[in-house]
Amino acid sequence: MSDETTEPLDERSRYLRRLVFRAMQGGGRGHPGSALSLIEIVRVLYDHILQVRPGEPQWPQRDRCILSKGHGCLALYAILADKGFFPMEELDRFCRLDAMLGGHPELGMVPGVEASTGALGHGLSIAAGMALAAQRKGETHRVMVILGDGELDEGSVWEAAMFAAKHRLQQLTALVDYNKLQSYGAVTQVQPLEPLADKWRAFGFAVAEVDGHDPEALRRLLQRLPLSEGMPSAILCHTVKGKGVPMAEHNPDWHHKSSFKAEELAQLQSALGS
Amino acid sequence: MRRVCLDRVHQLARQQRQIIFIGSDLGSGTLEAMRKELPEQFFMEGIAEQNLLGVAAGMAMEGYIPYVNTIATFLTRRCLEQIVVDLCLPNLPVRLLANGGGLVYAPLGPTHTTQEDIALLRTLPNMAIVAPADAPEMSRLMEQSVGWPGPLYIRFAKGGDPLVSRPEDGFTIGRAICLRAGSDVVIISYGVMVKRALQTAELLAAEGISCAVYNCHTIKPLDSALLSVMAGVRLVVCAEEHSLIGGLGSALLELQNEAEMLKPTLRFALPDQFSHRYGSQDQQLAGVGLEPPAMAARIRQRLTSLM
Repeated sequence: MSDETTEPLDERSRYLRRLVFRAMQGGGRGHPGSALSLIEIVRVLYDHILQVRPGEPQWPQRDRCILSKGHGCLALYAILADKGFFPMEELDRFCRLDAMLGGHPELGMVPGVEASTGALGHGLSIAAGMALAAQRKGETHRVMVILGDGELDEGSVWEAAMFAAKHRLQQLTALVDYNKLQSYGAVTQVQPLEPLADKWRAFGFAVAEVDGHDPEALRRLLQRLPLSEGMPSAILCHTVKGKGVPMAEHNPDWHHKSSFKAEELAQLQSALGS
Repeated sequence: MRRVCLDRVHQLARQQRQIIFIGSDLGSGTLEAMRKELPEQFFMEGIAEQNLLGVAAGMAMEGYIPYVNTIATFLTRRCLEQIVVDLCLPNLPVRLLANGGGLVYAPLGPTHTTQEDIALLRTLPNMAIVAPADAPEMSRLMEQSVGWPGPLYIRFAKGGDPLVSRPEDGFTIGRAICLRAGSDVVIISYGVMVKRALQTAELLAAEGISCAVYNCHTIKPLDSALLSVMAGVRLVVCAEEHSLIGGLGSALLELQNEAEMLKPTLRFALPDQFSHRYGSQDQQLAGVGLEPPAMAARIRQRLTSLM
């Protein structure tokens, strides 16, 4: 599957990206590249797939969604703010001393956040525990967990994968934001993952691959979960780190940023509108 | 002690369906009766401690009360980050049942003994740490553990340990128990060292030194009532099967210091070094001076220097 998505981003995708940069300007820092690759994934989840109630974030029957790659939180905050889990103005206070929204999601602090993440390699185990609980209680809600590709270096991810397969957690779906770049550089250089789909299959998951920036393709795929009865699902979302801002795309320097040059701000404006 | 603890998990799980047992790859037949009777509440999930704790956190978020059991070292050193981030940060009611605290596994060498578990966990907000002295006390603790609101670390002694606890003293997490009154010295201890503390007090009594003994089974939250106990004697003594750094002895000094009431304090603990010797727990404890005659001698010497 091609890593590249050539279709131009639609207005909703550009709007959510503008929210990411609104928060970054509020906080003066953030992980833009890691958030931009995620936008369509969280957009489709929250627009079309997840049964959630923004006014009742602890609604017991809700679908659970854990952003295990917590450093991508700006994407999650953008969609949660858009959905009304908390006031949009919270984005403007991102990372400030008394802010609701910090540099990684925190359970109990942010409505809609299901687990404190940021230390990588935790989310799949927690999600598996939630899915096992649902299975044992006969509850039908889904548990989604979004993992980074760099995060898959953590051995605990594969411990959790074996556990999920053993317990046939079909309510569990792992979505991998496969943007091919980790903090230092290319995944192929730091710690190659291929053949990644085969790895997930070998660990007992039903696997699909999708263009992670194509909302329609994502929606069609996620609507037919579980991919296989009695198995957890893994979806490799082929994405582009920094997607939507040409200067940021495929650029590891945009993994984390604490300031923008004038030309960068101009390109943000030009790429995303206002 | 371990068998009593696990049997109590079985009994409690029978009463409450939310209680589950999660083991790693424990000995064949462990909790076999529970597995047969309550298969929905029994899990044996492999040598993957990080995952066990993440799963336990996820299940606790959904209303379960997981009791997770494996060897103390693997439960603490191996997955400290999961303890911090998955259990303590969200303050979840997960119970860690730690086999072989201290030198129980002495013959197996330093990969299996733990002298730093309490130091590691004591620094974690929301974590409670309990180390019962004998099997009956473990049983009383287990009753209380169900309702404890956050994460709880339960350190097991060897098993077949001498009985020192008394039913009439009851058991409350966070409240130390006076086993012996005394006016010159107080020895504060936990786990298997409580028996040695009592024997030490006997030796001192024979020499006319009045020595109190407290079973401080809960290292965190530390019983602040110990302050007045420490204030009432000439010498405070802590005896523990743990590193000199960061255990109960450190906690007692911190408690005194914060109260601006520092008493002369003598700490019996494991030295800050790896042991490359094997043998038994008793042999190793004796080798570092953690036996009654040696402790009594040092206490006597210290008291003399205070005159």
